[in-house]
Amino acid sequence: MTTLVDRPADRPTEPSPPDGGRRRPGRGPRAGWKILVVGLLTAFALYFLLPVYWLVIAATKSTGDLFGTFGLWFADFRLVDNLTGVLTYDDGIYLRWMLNSVLYAGVGAAVATLLAAMAGYALAKYRFRGREAVFNVILAGVLIPGTALALPLFLTFSKIGLADTYWAVLLPSVVSPFGVYLCRMYAATTVPDELLESARIDGAGERRIFTALVLRIMSPALVTVFLFQFVGIWNNYFLPLVMLSDPKLYPITLGLTSWQSFADRQPELYQLTVGGAFLSVLPLMAAIVVLQRFWRGGLTEGSLKG
Amino acid sequence: MRTSRTDRRAAAGFLMPFVVLFAAFFVLPIGYAIYQSLLSVERAGPLGLGGSRTVFAGLSNYTEAFADSAFTDSILRVLLFAAVQVPAMIGLATLLALLLDAAAARAVPFFRSAYFLPYGVPGVIASILWGFLYVPGVSPIVDLLGSAGLDVDLLGSGSVLWAIANIVTWEFAGYNMLVVVAQLKSINSDLYAAAQIDGANAWQVVRYVKLPLIRPAIVLTTVFTIIGTLQLFAEPLVLRPVSTAINTSYTPNLAAYTEAFVNNNYSLAAAQSVILAVAACVLSFGFLRLVGRKGDDR
Repeated sequence: MTTLVDRPADRPTEPSPPDGGRRRPGRGPRAGWKILVVGLLTAFALYFLLPVYWLVIAATKSTGDLFGTFGLWFADFRLVDNLTGVLTYDDGIYLRWMLNSVLYAGVGAAVATLLAAMAGYALAKYRFRGREAVFNVILAGVLIPGTALALPLFLTFSKIGLADTYWAVLLPSVVSPFGVYLCRMYAATTVPDELLESARIDGAGERRIFTALVLRIMSPALVTVFLFQFVGIWNNYFLPLVMLSDPKLYPITLGLTSWQSFADRQPELYQLTVGGAFLSVLPLMAAIVVLQRFWRGGLTEGSLKG
Repeated sequence: MRTSRTDRRAAAGFLMPFVVLFAAFFVLPIGYAIYQSLLSVERAGPLGLGGSRTVFAGLSNYTEAFADSAFTDSILRVLLFAAVQVPAMIGLATLLALLLDAAAARAVPFFRSAYFLPYGVPGVIASILWGFLYVPGVSPIVDLLGSAGLDVDLLGSGSVLWAIANIVTWEFAGYNMLVVVAQLKSINSDLYAAAQIDGANAWQVVRYVKLPLIRPAIVLTTVFTIIGTLQLFAEPLVLRPVSTAINTSYTPNLAAYTEAFVNNNYSLAAAQSVILAVAACVLSFGFLRLVGRKGDDR
């Protein structure tokens, strides 16, 4: 570490400036610096919001206007017609895709979180032979690219007749090595050994200790693991693409790309793709914004102790 | 922590469900892919019509994969892509985090949300969106540049890789930023006070206090970015219909997918998957070793 940090703070503390003195040095008082920071932040915000803004505008347009009018401003407002089209096309298959995505991501993430909590707690709080070896193998699993697994998984699943079923996407989704890693780190630092001991002395069984005490203490980390896995499954494309051929089983990602890939033959599908993207993106983005403090909390306390 | 027989039983009970599924869906597929990559299908009779049998082929699938210039090109392409994408992504994420740290507290929630928002958009949907923003005739960007006298082809052979890089950056920069922000938040504010007393200016605080202390977050996001970029698949697949510059083996993953589901050559596809997994492990472990050695003085 650098000298700046190691130098002991043994000098007399300066009297606090009248504005409270808690201002960080990074927030210099100079106006020019402030304007530069806000200007840069605004420019980046425009970049990140541009496609979302375009999507909102595009979702209100007819297929003709989508191609014929300027993309960043409204034309004939047809949002309701468009969304009705999305929801009713092909007997309402869009809603089914949404429900499939909710099922895959919701159930997959819930089971993955429970399994990761159990494994992480066991690796943090019990001593047994081979513990570090098991943990290292799981850690190596974090570094394996998911798409490298999808193809061999498909070959195995089609051998046992599970390819092209809900299980083909659900089963691989319940394994989260990163979740185990986070849970172990979190359990090691937040679950006190004394508490476990006194619960044992009071006669509580191991399973009861886990469900009544440990899960409650670990809940902030569990929320983080759940959200990570939920977004991971929801956004996953390669696994369902490889596994599924029946459109009724598609998650929303696969469904929308199937519309997009037919759009050059059926131009109305362009507008359905845009409207479908609009409908699917809004709730998840709202959830991301509302829930973002959980990402922050879990990561500082878990993985990044360093 | 105790060691006893009941302890071992309890630990095994908690660990077993995960370990069994991990073995089934992580370890087994890798083993199966390696096994499959050592086999090949031999066709007998004229035109291969006399039936086929599976034979042990040694490393011939691997030599075939490396002899195929389309596949080696795809590897070089993602390596080039990663060499640009990883530093750009991590640099942008760090810059955003430092800017947010320097901004007035009131403005932070809005900007942080704006940057993190794309993380909730699946990669394929982000690619569909940006695809519309790239295609001449729909794209307001191309329109605006065109009316300014600039004719750009965002989907040509020289530019489409960077058009993809833009999509990937858009998706994940905010997420990586959040990881760095979390680490910045955990810095003890006494350090800032000490630096101020020492007369450090804003830039020196960033250079000598903030950057060294957010190192773990930067390492973590770099490893995940390396693994992510090598897997590049959805973005080129979605852009393929609108860009003639993207072929069926544009990235190693796309090549393996094509080999398996278009050419039905599972063995070659398995070999390509194994090569990709090994490359990802070597690069991410290599990176961790590199920063681990440098970080020993911490």
